[in-house]
Amino acid sequence: MNVDETNLPGLGRRKDFMTASGRRIGVVERREGQTELIVSTWDDPDTCQASIPLTSDEAATLGNLLGGTHLAMKLTEEHKDVPGIVTRQFSIASGSPFQNQPMGKACIRTRCGVSIVAIMREGEVLPSPGPDAVLHAGDLLVAVGTQEGLDSAAEILRHG
Amino acid sequence: MDPLALTLIELGAVVFCLGLLARLAGRIGMSPIPLYLLGGLAFGAGGIIKLEGMHEFAHLSGEIGVILLLLMLGLEYTAAELFTGLRRSWQAGVLDLVLNFLPGAGLALLLGWGGVGAMVMGGVTYISSSGIAAKVITDLGRLGNRETPVVLSILVFEDLAMAVYLPILTATLAGVGFLGGLTAVGIALAVVTMVLMVALRHGHHVSKAVHSENSEVFLLNVLGAALLVAGAASAMQVSAAVGAFMLGIAISGSTAHNATRILEPLRDLFAAIFFVAFGLNTDPSSIPPVLGWALILAVATAATKVLTGIWAAKQAGIARPGRFRAGAALVARGEFSIVIAGLAVASGVVPHQLAALATAYVLLMAVMGPLAARYVEPLTAPFIRRPAPAPQL
Repeated sequence: MNVDETNLPGLGRRKDFMTASGRRIGVVERREGQTELIVSTWDDPDTCQASIPLTSDEAATLGNLLGGTHLAMKLTEEHKDVPGIVTRQFSIASGSPFQNQPMGKACIRTRCGVSIVAIMREGEVLPSPGPDAVLHAGDLLVAVGTQEGLDSAAEILRHG
Repeated sequence: MDPLALTLIELGAVVFCLGLLARLAGRIGMSPIPLYLLGGLAFGAGGIIKLEGMHEFAHLSGEIGVILLLLMLGLEYTAAELFTGLRRSWQAGVLDLVLNFLPGAGLALLLGWGGVGAMVMGGVTYISSSGIAAKVITDLGRLGNRETPVVLSILVFEDLAMAVYLPILTATLAGVGFLGGLTAVGIALAVVTMVLMVALRHGHHVSKAVHSENSEVFLLNVLGAALLVAGAASAMQVSAAVGAFMLGIAISGSTAHNATRILEPLRDLFAAIFFVAFGLNTDPSSIPPVLGWALILAVATAATKVLTGIWAAKQAGIARPGRFRAGAALVARGEFSIVIAGLAVASGVVPHQLAALATAYVLLMAVMGPLAARYVEPLTAPFIRRPAPAPQL
């Protein structure tokens, strides 16, 4: 993917690319440190339909959502020959019983036969996390298992 | 009344009124510059109320205001940005210079103000207000637009051109003659190039010299350095403002960012007083006779700026609506036109109608610029054929 980087003298930096559907999408990094998400209009790729200011938390969460979907899609693609195996994402809400706890405490693999294959955090992927990986609010867990196993894993993560 | 008490009361009243004006400007979403100018007209020679006590203070503060305006302008750019801007946009920059310098210079000659007057008025109509343009672009959410870098690089070129123009203007106003003028051009070009080179290679040393973790020390360092450099430049006949601009360029990175933050309130105060001081020295009754000329000049130079923007955006491969947006973003004139006119008026070698014309012109352009940028899309939409909607998938 070709990302264009353009300097905006005195104001900041724009990083964007053209999507297959003909829209330009990207971010503007202001000199003062704010980030704005920009999306072009459909009829004039030069202009922006929206430029949405994001806090660093919001930007990280958005990055997780997009990156998580991508990872889940790839994993689903890889597992499609094994019937009954599904990939799903779980997000750790603030107030979850396992917030700031090592992941091993939830015993998800032992209790439901589900593997957590990655944690998405602030736009980065932590692949194959061990049982001592500490979960934070806002983390996105990518899990692989059977439909039933994933249902009970979701229940455990939500209510302990 | 005790002269000190009188000065304090006058100054307090003026600053307080400026606060009210700035609030009004914010409420109706326009630049406060035209309102400051009107405020100055109201308080000055021949205005509604005549203020005598604060003249001296207003004069010196106005000078400091100009230095801070240019210092902060320099802080916004790094030397590397200026070089890339220059390399990429020099053609648009030259077109901009020719198209927008000539109307002002031509009118000055027509009115019989001579070569010096033409030099001044050309500068007044040439230079866009980068402050107003940047604010309009941000407020209208056009930071992510493709034509925005085109607009910004033209503004960068103008600011660099001003670094060469101001010393020449200073020398011309001092009446040094052709040979002296040529020397001034030589010195100006040499100094600007040298400072840019030094800033590019050794900018971090300059930053380190003024930097401090303590904000009080930092403020005093930066301000002191700016005034020293400005004074030295002024003594060398290079124009105080350009000295400050060059210092601003040499300071880079996080030091520049912090300096901007810490100097902003000071700049706002002193620049406001500068606009008022300029208005103070202009007799309001001299404005109606030149209003017609100001209107003609405003319409003509709005058109030439739009043309510049259209051409530059077309070169960058921007579609039609974006070309018009680029042109309209450049229309506003403001602080730097007043800086140029202020230099000329202070020297006393230009007729006083020039101050009146420049005031009326900037009043018009500072109001018209943001309006043009905001309404250019609905205004030009009927003339632009839009592509048919893409089929919904």
